[in-house]
Amino acid sequence: MSTTQYLFAGFGGQGILFSGKFLAYKGLTEGKNVSWLPSYGPEMRGGTASCGVIISDEPVGSPIVSKPDVLIAMNLPSLDKYEDAVVSGGIIFADSTLIERKVNRTDVKVFYIPATGLASENNIPKLANMIVMGKVLAETNGFDNEEGVLSALNKVISAKHSDMLEVNLNAMRIGRDY
Amino acid sequence: MSDKVLMKGNEAIAEAAIIAGCRHYFGYPITPQTEVAAYMAKRMPKIGGTFLQAESEIAAINMVYGVASTGKRVMTSSSSPGISLKGEGISYLAGADLPALIVNVQRGGPGLGGIQPSQSDYFQATKGGAHGDFHMIVLAPASVQEMAELTVKGFDLADKYRMTTMLLADGTMGQMMEPVSLDFDIAETVEKPWATTGTKMEREHNIVNSLFLQPEALERTNFERFERYKVVEENEVLYEEYMMDDAEICIAAFGIAARVSKNAINEARKQGIKVGLIRPITLWPFPSAQFAKAAERVSSIISVELSMGQMIEDVKLAVEGKVPVTLCNRAGGMIPSPEQVLEAIKAANNGGDK
Repeated sequence: MSTTQYLFAGFGGQGILFSGKFLAYKGLTEGKNVSWLPSYGPEMRGGTASCGVIISDEPVGSPIVSKPDVLIAMNLPSLDKYEDAVVSGGIIFADSTLIERKVNRTDVKVFYIPATGLASENNIPKLANMIVMGKVLAETNGFDNEEGVLSALNKVISAKHSDMLEVNLNAMRIGRDY
Repeated sequence: MSDKVLMKGNEAIAEAAIIAGCRHYFGYPITPQTEVAAYMAKRMPKIGGTFLQAESEIAAINMVYGVASTGKRVMTSSSSPGISLKGEGISYLAGADLPALIVNVQRGGPGLGGIQPSQSDYFQATKGGAHGDFHMIVLAPASVQEMAELTVKGFDLADKYRMTTMLLADGTMGQMMEPVSLDFDIAETVEKPWATTGTKMEREHNIVNSLFLQPEALERTNFERFERYKVVEENEVLYEEYMMDDAEICIAAFGIAARVSKNAINEARKQGIKVGLIRPITLWPFPSAQFAKAAERVSSIISVELSMGQMIEDVKLAVEGKVPVTLCNRAGGMIPSPEQVLEAIKAANNGGDK
């Protein structure tokens, strides 16, 4: 029996909700129980955005992620706000282009990925989220099977944007290999 | 692999309503239920249905009254302050015995309140919600799957009993995504000989109205209506029991509060505390008999709510003082944590012996 609680946090426009939805779909295509709960309301428009994703072998109880096993912090306010909430032994992924400080906690594993920088270097400025996602999958969920990743991407990218499938997959490879 | 798709609770309501044959939606946007209207706006024109954003909630509920009078399946949706605005129309629907579905994706109150999840419209939903003697059937989903299933059920019950059904959700249920299967059994269509569909000069006029100036006649409609309510109370109670077989402590919770409570129950069980859950799925009719039965063997009941304690009154009525009933709550848009519920369970376990 295993349950992993993810918290994605950043500012509006960084694709926080999209990342979470992708991961939830990846869980669903693997036959897991999943839930996705966003922050909602005015803060989504340019302010902080966050969403909690739970992937579990058991039915999901509360969909509210207050003690994440995995925190994906895409900006400094998000790290400041949620660093202490991560469970002991958990993992923090931080976009080190936008977060200059180090994580204070010593009882968690930390991955610093300069995702926003990597995204602009690779001319995919809107895909810092998926670069981080590549690393998240590699470290927590398994990224050995690109077909599984593609089938989840297929669920979250509409048919008329199918040209973005490969672009997203590439972004995730950059993160995985960083 | 499964045929399930991820949907927001609000979208699941809208799609399920369409599957149930609803082709008329009238609403007015309000967080956190706006996705219902947005989904309807996109879908209804494509399937020959009507989506109309009314000038106000009051207008929307009266449009519902109009379509319901013709016997067609019809719905509206809103959130707490918007539902209050619909109150007059809801009473008129009840007075005219019209079937309709009203969705309330609750947010914190009173007043304009906030936009975060709440269950503080329990009184409003279950005790009538507007002037006059009446009830709505009130369904309380606790998952996106139930958001869809209870929408279909809501239409079926409304038609069957000529009553308004309210789907009483909250902000988390509306906003969260979960896998959902939209493969439903749709009940057989209910004949509606009372509907105002035109006489074709072949029958007497049907009259749909809530005005009865003769008190004798008005009293008669009330008594007749409550005879029908009695049948609903006898036949339509829905609830879920979770780990109640050997439970010594019982949690009463619906919707998101029940989801949080399950986490706490699982943790308490690991610590050797025998606790279970009764989750009302119909809030009206309320599963009073199930709580009365539980009161014969548990030492206490904890009502977990996102309000200052509203359902707790129905739990207390059901158990008739046989066991203590305590409240574990947050309000105003806050949600109890599993830890808070666990603490309440432990407190009951330490002091709750009969």
